[in-house]
Amino acid sequence: MTPKNFDKTAYWRKNLKYLAILLSIWFLVSYVFGIILVDQLNTIRMGGFKLGFWFAQQGSIYVFVILIFVYVRLMNKLDKEFNVNED
Amino acid sequence: MEISTWTYILVGLSFALYIGIAIWSRAGTTKDFYVAGGGVSPLANGMATAADWMSAASFISMAGLISFMGYDGSIYLMGWTGGYVLLALLLAPYLRKFGKFTVPDFIGDRYYSNVARTVAVVCALFISFTYVAGQMRGVGVVFSRFLEVPINTGVIIGMAIVFFYAVLGGMKGITYTQVAQFCVLIFAFMVPAFFISIQMTDTILPQLGFGAQTSDGVYLLDKLDGLHKELGFAEYTTGTKSKLDIFFITAALMVGTAGLPHVIVRFFTVPKVSDARKSAGYALAFIAILFTTAPAVSAFARTNLIETVSNRAYSELPKWFSNWEKTGLIGFEDKNGDGLVQYVADPKVNELTIDRDIMVLANPEIANLPNWVIALVAAGGLAAALSTAAGLLLVISSSVSHDLLKKQFMPNMTDKKELLAARLSAFVAVCVAGYFGINPPGFVASVVSLAFGLAAASFFPAIILGIFHKRMNKEGAISGMVTGLLITMYYIVRFRLHWIGDEAMSQEANWWFGISPEGFGTVGMLVNFAVSIIISRFTPPPPEAIQEMVEDIRIPSGAGEASGH
Repeated sequence: MTPKNFDKTAYWRKNLKYLAILLSIWFLVSYVFGIILVDQLNTIRMGGFKLGFWFAQQGSIYVFVILIFVYVRLMNKLDKEFNVNED
Repeated sequence: MEISTWTYILVGLSFALYIGIAIWSRAGTTKDFYVAGGGVSPLANGMATAADWMSAASFISMAGLISFMGYDGSIYLMGWTGGYVLLALLLAPYLRKFGKFTVPDFIGDRYYSNVARTVAVVCALFISFTYVAGQMRGVGVVFSRFLEVPINTGVIIGMAIVFFYAVLGGMKGITYTQVAQFCVLIFAFMVPAFFISIQMTDTILPQLGFGAQTSDGVYLLDKLDGLHKELGFAEYTTGTKSKLDIFFITAALMVGTAGLPHVIVRFFTVPKVSDARKSAGYALAFIAILFTTAPAVSAFARTNLIETVSNRAYSELPKWFSNWEKTGLIGFEDKNGDGLVQYVADPKVNELTIDRDIMVLANPEIANLPNWVIALVAAGGLAAALSTAAGLLLVISSSVSHDLLKKQFMPNMTDKKELLAARLSAFVAVCVAGYFGINPPGFVASVVSLAFGLAAASFFPAIILGIFHKRMNKEGAISGMVTGLLITMYYIVRFRLHWIGDEAMSQEANWWFGISPEGFGTVGMLVNFAVSIIISRFTPPPPEAIQEMVEDIRIPSGAGEASGH
């Protein structure tokens, strides 16, 4: 159960801060790198890939996976800190 | 051994496995049937979600589509993966904490209204039926191409298998068969990809081979761009769609993914909130294996195809060409009578027609891979189609038995009766899906975009606001869902299906802001958000108890297992 001195405003605010940071990265790698700035990035090469094309078809997906696992870690830590974890 | 012998063996073995699992994991209660008892491990749930998500379209059609679209194909790659970030961060943990069986459950309870629940049920049914028809068709197509049975027989065999484990096992049976199906489909997708990557670039991992040099020392993608230029096609790595349209389609697919009920409901099956977060991560990791390989396969297949057929004498083409010519998926018409295959962008000169689906199905043959690999692709395509169909059928049956019957018409129904109702509605749903598989409505391909658009324009904003905006009330949510839904439907019906409006005024040139019907779900979503927020400002706030409930779902502790009461 929820501990008595639990500060739900602080917990929720921190959660929202994590979401804002992670979703900005999510937006950056897909919409900005993969779509909006794709032509500019395509002038840079990474081996056989044009960078913008790589972000659109490979890079963004790798970053998505990493983002979720970072979120899992951050939230587990936060839950523990505020003593609302389930174990 | 012959291809067809191998196919019978591999498909037969995989089906026996699914049936075995179904018998082992029969559902005894409604809780088993709706959420697999609530005790699925995050890893197993991740695999099941991945199989649930990757359909016949991702397995068979996607790589082919990308190989014809080049850069523009990125809409599918980013759109069908990025939604999981939204799911994991914004939906799954909170809905899990909420702890009920279905998405309409959440909408109905959070917005304290049976009207809202009914709107949600209608959306869920519509989205799922649209989607499932395509899956059953996919089953029929794979059967007919690899085992040379008529498409209809294939659909009926597929129906029988799904019927067996979905009706018997409910979510429990579906979950564990999906775990097996994930393994089959990913293995079947990766083996030919490894082979082809080694063949073409001497690199084992297709993700790296994609950017590696081919045997003549030129980078694969540069070579492909060069070939495209030579034949008059747009550069492979640049594409032709407008940036705005790519942006909107990608967003509609991402948000639609996060709003699809058969995906959301998977996160109700794990024991804890932290498990819901973790299993979304596993799910995306498993999905990413296929989604990062697919664009590589597209580029390999495209290069291979052009090099094999372009400007070659028709009489000297390899055997796979005539094999697939018989199915009508590839066609050659010698327009200038020189006996050579001219494959170019200009439709007046072009002599070769190719169905998109052929790229994955025929790829192993084009690359001369052993027969067992070709048969494996058939088993994988079936696994992908069956797993998605089963997940959708479950949403349909629980919408009917739980959200309609139990919650609205017969609240006193016993658990046993509800389970029977769930089984019966699953049975009816299988039959309807089979009917659509045998007599596909002509607009199946375009209605899939409708399913995503509707999910994006209806569920996603209602759920997000339900969690993150305590002040959101039923008036706001219902009017938002209805407006978002109607405007998206209107746009697709007019500009994609051409059922209403003056046809001459409903062409590409008339698209609003140049946004294609596929991308319009994003607009519908924005409209939904705006309408919901404005209306809620002028109507009374939700009752105290609801506001407390919202506070409660934001905190992980005390989740307990999903329950119906």
